[in-house]
Amino acid sequence: MAEFKIRRFDGKKSFWQTFEVPAKKGMTVLEGLYYIKENLDSSLAFRASCRMGICGSCAMKINGKPRLACETQILFLGDKITVEPLDNFRVIKDLITDFEGFFAKHKAVKPYLIREDVKYEEPKELLQTPEELNEYYVFTLCIKCGACYSVCPAAATLDGYLGPAAMAAAYRFCADSRDKGNEERYEIASSSNGVWRCHLAMECSEVCPKNVEPAKAVQMLRRKTAFSILKSILRW
Amino acid sequence: MKVQHDIVIVGAGLAGMRAAIAAAEKSDELSIAIIAKTYPIRCHSVCAEGGTAAVLREGDSFDLHAWDTVKGSDFLADQDAVEFFVRECPKEILRLDNWGCPWSRNEDGTIAQRPFGGHSFNRATFAKDRTGFHEVHTLYERMLMYDNIEIYPEYFITNLVIEENAVQGVSAIELKTGNLVFFEAKAVIFATGGAGRLYGFTTYSHQVTGDGLAIAYRNGIPLKDMEFFQFHPTGLIPSGILMTEGCRGEGGYLLNKDGERFMKRYAPEKMEIAPRDVVSRAMWTEIIEGRGLEGEYGPYIALDLRHLGEEKIEERLPLIRDAAIKFAGVDPVEEPIPVKPVAHYTMGGIHTNVRCETTVKGFFAAGECACVSIHGANRLGSNSTAECLVFGRVAGEVAAEYAMNAKQGRISEEFMKEEESRIYDGLLGKNGDESPYEIKKELNETMDKNMWIFREENGLKEAVKKIQELKERYKNVEINDKTRGFNTDLMMAIEIGYMLDLAEVVAIGALKRQESRGAHYRLDYPKRDDENWLKHTLAYYTPEGPRFDYIPVTITKWEPVERKY
Repeated sequence: MAEFKIRRFDGKKSFWQTFEVPAKKGMTVLEGLYYIKENLDSSLAFRASCRMGICGSCAMKINGKPRLACETQILFLGDKITVEPLDNFRVIKDLITDFEGFFAKHKAVKPYLIREDVKYEEPKELLQTPEELNEYYVFTLCIKCGACYSVCPAAATLDGYLGPAAMAAAYRFCADSRDKGNEERYEIASSSNGVWRCHLAMECSEVCPKNVEPAKAVQMLRRKTAFSILKSILRW
Repeated sequence: MKVQHDIVIVGAGLAGMRAAIAAAEKSDELSIAIIAKTYPIRCHSVCAEGGTAAVLREGDSFDLHAWDTVKGSDFLADQDAVEFFVRECPKEILRLDNWGCPWSRNEDGTIAQRPFGGHSFNRATFAKDRTGFHEVHTLYERMLMYDNIEIYPEYFITNLVIEENAVQGVSAIELKTGNLVFFEAKAVIFATGGAGRLYGFTTYSHQVTGDGLAIAYRNGIPLKDMEFFQFHPTGLIPSGILMTEGCRGEGGYLLNKDGERFMKRYAPEKMEIAPRDVVSRAMWTEIIEGRGLEGEYGPYIALDLRHLGEEKIEERLPLIRDAAIKFAGVDPVEEPIPVKPVAHYTMGGIHTNVRCETTVKGFFAAGECACVSIHGANRLGSNSTAECLVFGRVAGEVAAEYAMNAKQGRISEEFMKEEESRIYDGLLGKNGDESPYEIKKELNETMDKNMWIFREENGLKEAVKKIQELKERYKNVEINDKTRGFNTDLMMAIEIGYMLDLAEVVAIGALKRQESRGAHYRLDYPKRDDENWLKHTLAYYTPEGPRFDYIPVTITKWEPVERKY
């Protein structure tokens, strides 16, 4: 048996509730939550979908650290599990938090390939070597689960800060050899809500379940945008 | 609350997002809504791993891709649709490239392709083993560029409104608030995915509960070929997580307890990369006949990648390695992966033609929820993501053309009141003594037992009886959470109602089809019977249960022959 202590919220007040879950070897925290919902208290609200760590739905704070519930095994953590909603997000109900602002920030960095010569009716194969692909590939792995944002000290104190996931998305396209939109993105990344707000705490990279390293993306963007600012000052 | 748009797309996976982009490309004057019960990038399409089929290189041809698909379908695919489909695939690959998809590459920078089951050319275009994930993110990000596409995330669809055989709109619960929202539209596209959670042991995401299929069916639109359910050969034990066909495409072996590559006895030429129905039956036969390996979760088959070496596994199959380690405690570099066949794909779906049109004006369907049919009785791996892209585009364009000349849909006050009452008084507000979760559990057990790889009359009859019993019990469910905001208890109870209707169609359809074709294998009728059964099944809703009809298969170039691999 494992004890699940869950921080719940019913729209007005938050409270802790404890459940006993018959934990077997290999059983995940997500399976534990489904066990509770289907057998003990069906009002428990949480998000889940793929249960294989690729859809990004089920990030929550488990034993003090943001993790994907679907790939966290109960017994690896012992027989006492504490589950809370992600920090830095407004709680809607129980473990479900509001992602609207998070996705708006992602959109704000123009996270798409920018090229003038792309024709919808007649697409052409763009060449990209495996080495060029490797330049940015790790940053494509972001599943937008919000784990990084939930531990970001800058996001905690400044509402407008775009946050680590959005920065990783911005750099992902800047580093793509097919993209021509760097300047536009550097401008956004170096704005008052951009990379210079980052405290370099590096916690985002530490908690990322996909090892995306958003902190590295922030550093790369700082380097590029500093150069770009310098260039404009010196009118190169 | 009421909202108006020209086009409403339900479902934000590959097909839905591709449709939205296609419609927006057609005209920036059209107002397009895309509504889905998850955020778009949380859709099940992200779980597609191995690749997307397309004829890109010399040596391959449209005829060859079409022939492979038709033969794979056990000749139940409509050949005119297949011929159209294969010609459209390459452009979709290149569009995704132009929009930023990180396709895996050859040394010269061209897009790479790999072998896949049932294909006689290496035409599975891939982005490592996260193909669906990267395609979804690429489409989502591209979609953000169009100002006339509005995304409604976390809206759960409850109904479709049709008047005088023309679509008027849809109703959906805004999950965050629990409010029922009515979307009036000129055209509606369903891209709501399959129905894989009917089964217990399945690769599907929790959210794939056949919502769109059931809603279309209840509104009188026929479902086609629902008895054909695909079992993927390699589901990870015990979770059912997909181990891509790419594992075998890259050279992986399937081994029984004697360490034998048993596929040589079932498909001597294609071996492990024969089509999925053939490989799944072979594996299940090995298990039934006592040649499976024994594990703590019962017998299984070994998927052996060790000989590929760590470098290739890391380069081509990184997700597989990660998932096997995380979810089964097995590193495929060191030991074989424990797998067995798993429910994976819904070949059947909403009856459409090649233009994604249904029997109702202004109502279209695309992707897994639709049945055109290009997959017939057995889909080839890497043809599903391709289908979503190709027919998502078609649906978006045809719906856009339709919407430019159609009048705005209208949803009456009366309908709004009835729908509100049906959900909030009739379901949420009522008392009962059945748990929806217990009903779902029993449904899953029935499907896994009686509608699995090998079927026979008694088991199917038992399943029909059980499903009808569960439908009766469902009338007496009680939802414990009586609140409105983000009520996942209510949502899941509604989903289970959808699943019961669909399960009944699958079971009776399977009972009626007295032959073996593709994924539908009857122990009591082990041969394909072209004389009597070379035809599509159509199931129509009636309050007493489905009514069945049959329509011919379109054959253009390829007469049915014996299927050997």
